Amino acid sequence: MTGLALLIPVALGLGLLGLAGFFWSVKTGQFDDADGAALRILIDDDDEDCP
Amino acid sequence: MNAGSSLTAAVALSRTDFVVPAIRCAGCISKIERGLLTNAGIAHARVNFTAKRVSISHLPDMTMPQLVAAIADTGFEAQPITELATDPAAAEAHQLIKAMAVSGFAMMNIMLLSVSIWSGASGVTRDLFHWLSAMIALPTVIYSGQPFFRSAWSALRKRRTNMDVPISIGVSITTMLSLYETFNHGQHAYFDGVVMLLFFLLTGRWLDAVMRDRARDGVSALLKQTAPGAMVLGADGKTEWMDAIALHPGMEMIIAAGERLAADGIVIAGKSSFDLSLLTGESAAQAVDVGDVVHAGTLNIDAPVSVRVTAAGPDTAIADIARLMEQAGQSKSLYVRVADRAARFYAPAVHTLALASFAGWMIAGAGWHESLLIAVAVLIITCPCALGLAVPAAQIVVAGALMRAGILVKDGSALERLAEVDLAMFDKTGTLTRGRPEPVNLDDADAAQKSVLLALSRASRHPLSEAIRRALEAENVVAARVEQLSEMPGSGIFAILDGKAVSLARPDKSLAHEGLATELRVDGYAPFAVHFADLLRAGAHDTLNKMADMGISSSILSGDRALSVSPVARTLGLTAQTSMLPQDKLDAIARQKLAGHKVLMVGDGLNDGPALAAGYASMAPASASDAGQHAADVVFMGDSLAPVATAIRAARRTQQVVRQNFVLAIGYNVIAVPLAIGGYVTPLIAAAAMSGSSLIVVANALRLRSAAR
Repeated sequence: MTGLALLIPVALGLGLLGLAGFFWSVKTGQFDDADGAALRILIDDDDEDCP
Repeated sequence: MNAGSSLTAAVALSRTDFVVPAIRCAGCISKIERGLLTNAGIAHARVNFTAKRVSISHLPDMTMPQLVAAIADTGFEAQPITELATDPAAAEAHQLIKAMAVSGFAMMNIMLLSVSIWSGASGVTRDLFHWLSAMIALPTVIYSGQPFFRSAWSALRKRRTNMDVPISIGVSITTMLSLYETFNHGQHAYFDGVVMLLFFLLTGRWLDAVMRDRARDGVSALLKQTAPGAMVLGADGKTEWMDAIALHPGMEMIIAAGERLAADGIVIAGKSSFDLSLLTGESAAQAVDVGDVVHAGTLNIDAPVSVRVTAAGPDTAIADIARLMEQAGQSKSLYVRVADRAARFYAPAVHTLALASFAGWMIAGAGWHESLLIAVAVLIITCPCALGLAVPAAQIVVAGALMRAGILVKDGSALERLAEVDLAMFDKTGTLTRGRPEPVNLDDADAAQKSVLLALSRASRHPLSEAIRRALEAENVVAARVEQLSEMPGSGIFAILDGKAVSLARPDKSLAHEGLATELRVDGYAPFAVHFADLLRAGAHDTLNKMADMGISSSILSGDRALSVSPVARTLGLTAQTSMLPQDKLDAIARQKLAGHKVLMVGDGLNDGPALAAGYASMAPASASDAGQHAADVVFMGDSLAPVATAIRAARRTQQVVRQNFVLAIGYNVIAVPLAIGGYVTPLIAAAAMSGSSLIVVANALRLRSAAR
């Protein structure tokens, strides 16, 4: 039983963490442009003058 | 990026959104975003690839034409969007996905606890797990159940019933009974069933919303906006850009060649020709002179003119048509979705069944507690889980397949209605034909003539030059090197080639009777006349034959004169009604409706808008006017007419699969309901049956992936 007292809160907490992460990503518009995100990785940023 | 950030701090920036249909690759994204940042007035530009939009943060004093020009400098054509970014449909999809995520999270955790109960946890452990499940399930039901409770409540208030009524009743009764069981150390609690039910049903709802969203994004990316405003000549002689809503009768607008009118008016200076295709569907341009009336939405082709505004905003001819469309569209909102039609029979049946089993067990002397448990098991088992997924799963799979084939379906009900049509009415210009002039005799020109033609035609935005340029670029013709290019609006393009004067210009009068033409003249050579015609769409014949095979007869409804419609009608072997005003088209459809036909209207012009809205189902090509695309249920891309037949065939196959899914879902009930009434259904059996039937329904829907082929 003591194991359960630890494990169940841990399982719930991790799940909640994932749920919160998902809510955050919906809210910040990360699902608004799914196709664009896949393409942006192909853009080379090297030619910009970085410090 | 760094150059932009210093701007942000200094002043409050304005944000303007543009539609840029030509964004196709990663290169386009970086070209636009970086190109715009080189402009001093622009702080930030962000491309949304999925919606084909660009959102620009800029200094407040940047005007609309300046912004459009800035995007044009990066090599892309853009149209401003006036609507706000936060529309209710997108908010609804967001709400649904959140509710789905919550119920999914709760389902997994409760299932974890339930599995241990099923595998033999008893006594204190079982009570603890039931309590934990209750603590997870209660907030979940309250949060994720909202879409159903709200819809059920609004249906009940109108004294109607829909799919959400049995769902809401089932969910609330089951939750309450499970709570009671938990309090009294009972053996069975149905928290897992309730939450799983919500999760599956929300998945169905969300799929439905996603389909609508995707199509809406696609359509709005193709929209050709009517002019957002105009340059207005003020009393002090200064010109100023004004938004369309700020225009008033009496103002003087200066309309450059290639610009669309933002209000109705009378020409007070200048002479030009106007493209009225948006209003009439007629492709040939009409000459206008001082004193002529011109309408909002039409395109000035040749030369700048001054126009005195006579009507703006809601008083324009365009707005009249929009109102007509709105009225015609009301009949469509009366259509009842297949799922809701099923629910009309299903809901009363389920409730009677649950009530009857409760009463039956009471009479048999089982005690009210046990009878209630059995009634709840019946409710849970019969809750239309598979039924709720049956329709949206099939429709989203088909919509995805059609989208890959270049056909955008606006929503699920469009597919249902499209499957039932038995009569098709086509507009001519822009629907059966491509709606734009195409050069027909370029093959007669020699290589030298072609290269000069390309060099001259690409210097102008005139529709005829653009048609020549498109055709020659497709042939990979290399343009000749010409000098001193100049365009004389209304007359042609002039230049010097190797010291000789060359021109692409209005032909002599002798050619005028042969329809649209333009003439290439090179000093010392015979002139070459390029003739134009509005060609039939590819596959028009084939498509009409296929539709006839499906039992759909076709005819033409055109606003054009009989003279220009008859060749098309003869080639395709169709009957045609000609010279029809928007109201006449509406009447023609209403007559067929009275005769018991379900009419598919296919059209593109603004004049087809009301007819598209009135048709039982409607389709428009992507080249259609703004109004046409808004009114149509389905928008198809490309120069071929084949998508019309493809979409109907896919819609009919979808209905088949939906019917199979209903049979599967009902078949599952036929087996499970007697078990539930008999009192043999435990939470374990309910959960297994529910997920099993849902999986089968989804798997059956996936067979539609190839429906668009």
